[in-house]
Amino acid sequence: MLALEGLRLEQGAFALKADLTVATGAIVALIGPSGAGKSTLLAAIAGFLKPVAGRVLWDGVDLGGLAPGERPVAMLFQEGNLFPHLSVAENIGLALTPRLRLSEAERARVAEVLGRVGLDGLGDRLPGDLSGGQQSRAALARVLLQDRPLVLLDEPFAALGPGLRDEMLALTAEVLGGAGRTLLLVSHEPREAARIAGETIFVAGGRAEAPAPTEALLADPPPALREYLGG
Amino acid sequence: MSLRAPGLTAAAFILVLLFGTLAAVALRAEPGAGLAPADWAALRFTVSQALVSAGLSVALAVPVARALARRSFPGRGLLVTLLGAPFLLPVIVAIVGLLAVFGRNGLLSLVLGWVGLPPVQIYGFHGVVLAHVFFNLPLATRMILQGWLSIPAERFRLAASLGAPIGAILERPMLRQAVPGAFLVIFLICLTSFAVALTLGGGPRATTVELAIYQALRFEFDLGHAARLGLVQVALTAVAAALVWRIAVPDAMGAGLDRVVPRWDGSRGVDAAWIGLAALFLLVPLGAIGVRGAAGLADVPASIWPAALRSVSVALVSTALTMALALALVLRGGRLAFFAGVLPLAASALVVGTGLFIVVRPFVNPTVLALPVTALVNALLALPFAVRVLAPAHERAEAGFGRLADSLALTGTARLRLVLLPRMRRALGFGAGLAAALSMGDLGVIALFAGTGGETLPLAMFRLMGSYRMAAAAGTGLILVALSLALFWAFDRGGRVDARA
Repeated sequence: MLALEGLRLEQGAFALKADLTVATGAIVALIGPSGAGKSTLLAAIAGFLKPVAGRVLWDGVDLGGLAPGERPVAMLFQEGNLFPHLSVAENIGLALTPRLRLSEAERARVAEVLGRVGLDGLGDRLPGDLSGGQQSRAALARVLLQDRPLVLLDEPFAALGPGLRDEMLALTAEVLGGAGRTLLLVSHEPREAARIAGETIFVAGGRAEAPAPTEALLADPPPALREYLGG
Repeated sequence: MSLRAPGLTAAAFILVLLFGTLAAVALRAEPGAGLAPADWAALRFTVSQALVSAGLSVALAVPVARALARRSFPGRGLLVTLLGAPFLLPVIVAIVGLLAVFGRNGLLSLVLGWVGLPPVQIYGFHGVVLAHVFFNLPLATRMILQGWLSIPAERFRLAASLGAPIGAILERPMLRQAVPGAFLVIFLICLTSFAVALTLGGGPRATTVELAIYQALRFEFDLGHAARLGLVQVALTAVAAALVWRIAVPDAMGAGLDRVVPRWDGSRGVDAAWIGLAALFLLVPLGAIGVRGAAGLADVPASIWPAALRSVSVALVSTALTMALALALVLRGGRLAFFAGVLPLAASALVVGTGLFIVVRPFVNPTVLALPVTALVNALLALPFAVRVLAPAHERAEAGFGRLADSLALTGTARLRLVLLPRMRRALGFGAGLAAALSMGDLGVIALFAGTGGETLPLAMFRLMGSYRMAAAAGTGLILVALSLALFWAFDRGGRVDARA
């Protein structure tokens, strides 16, 4: 279970408070106006931003002292999820070891996740030689291989077209969902996210609300959310 | 291992070297002995030639930069690139080119002779200024051109549509910012320029402080006198560097100078004249280096080849040291590393050299250490430029991929190897190329330390010129330029070739 206890984040004049829990295995969307702090909240959970007050706990353990790479967290950013100078297989292999030379067993695991995301045989390509959708798939494959219990997605598919975005969200839910993984995903399109996220955290006015069932929330939004959704 | 740790060692090394040699000079200076009249003359000459050189360079650069900013013509890109060339050109080689054009037997005197005028005399104050303008007019032009191109094109459009005076509302405010910085940087460069004064100056009326240090050490064997002059030079550059520090210095290395802002003012003819004159002033001496050098190749003595080997070895060692120090400083970041990275700009090679001379002399004959000391001092002098190239590349690498690396727990050497070095590859190649070319062309400390043998190519050239073997010197100059550019090209290319994405 992810718990944000009395969390307070500040960046210059910007401030965000969060006091909530997310159940293990849940897929939760973060929605809200741009600039409300959705990405900032993910950055704090991932360890890129030190909270001014409060704690981030995973299964009761305070993550406060841990560097981003030591947390039980895998993250996909808005862009730059693959190193452009490393091959797709090398990029994915970094989930296992910082040595570029993989053992036979490690190579097999990379090949397996490549297959899971539909990139069979493309491991030797450079990311620049892949389409945008294929790059997203490669990044998903790495997160899959990282095998962390908590996955944060900061709009990694924002640059894709609507059709491809839907497809990638479905693939994300398919390969990363289940197996007890908890997913937090930022979205600009609440109804799009609703398709895979059972619960939604609404972030606005300096506060991240506790997760609420997405269907109910969108069907009968509170005033602030109604204003954001535009009727 | 933390990537920030080596930067502390690097900064300490640089500061100990700079301040340690300064302390050695200060202890040896016997301040009671005071300065001789000739020393005061050297001080006055140093300051006045630097003021005039910087003033002329900037004054001429303004119309040239304006013309380049608003005119588009075939070859413009090449010309702007060539404006960067004097930076890589060994000073002594440029002198050969300038002598071929402006010397007693040069092109200009030849033309003057046709109309019955006496030949021009290049040695002395105006020769030193001429050479400094040759080196720094292109630099000033690039800096001021950067200023011009930093004015958004829409503002020119708006001013033109309103019929507003572009000079008063757009250009003068920009120049008020760009010109003082450019002037001070060039003033500082001219204060510490040794090879120009060595070749074109000399004598009681055209000796700079650095040249006087060299003479005190090499000809008077008076370490105390050299040390006193060293303190004068340090005081001089410290004042100038403090002024530069307080002022925003425009960028001359920045990319994006290939843009032309469409304009609706100014005379085409006048702009063409400025561009044409500047190009001639730059290209004719460069051409002369090629022509005279090719003609002189046959006269080049065989002793040049060992000298070439020495020069290349010194340049490679110096480059390795520069890049190691620069990378360590850039990875560390912060104020101390920044300070250690820019301080060598204000250092005088001759003062550092004199300090090292004083330190090593009780133990070994300084001549033995001529090449290692040259490599060390060259590395120090190239360091600010390498840092300037690497720092933005490091920043970009961290901004683009730092969080991804963090989230994959890539720290220490794994981060360096897998993320930072590959992302900084182009900058590393370019920086190494600069360092190598600068070291190849250096004629400073080597002149202080070298014995009768053991010379590098620039020193060999200088000695050939000293014995009036001008053809051989020109031939050697061509070899020196070819080797410098080859090293620069090899490093720079190494950073680009096969650079994956």
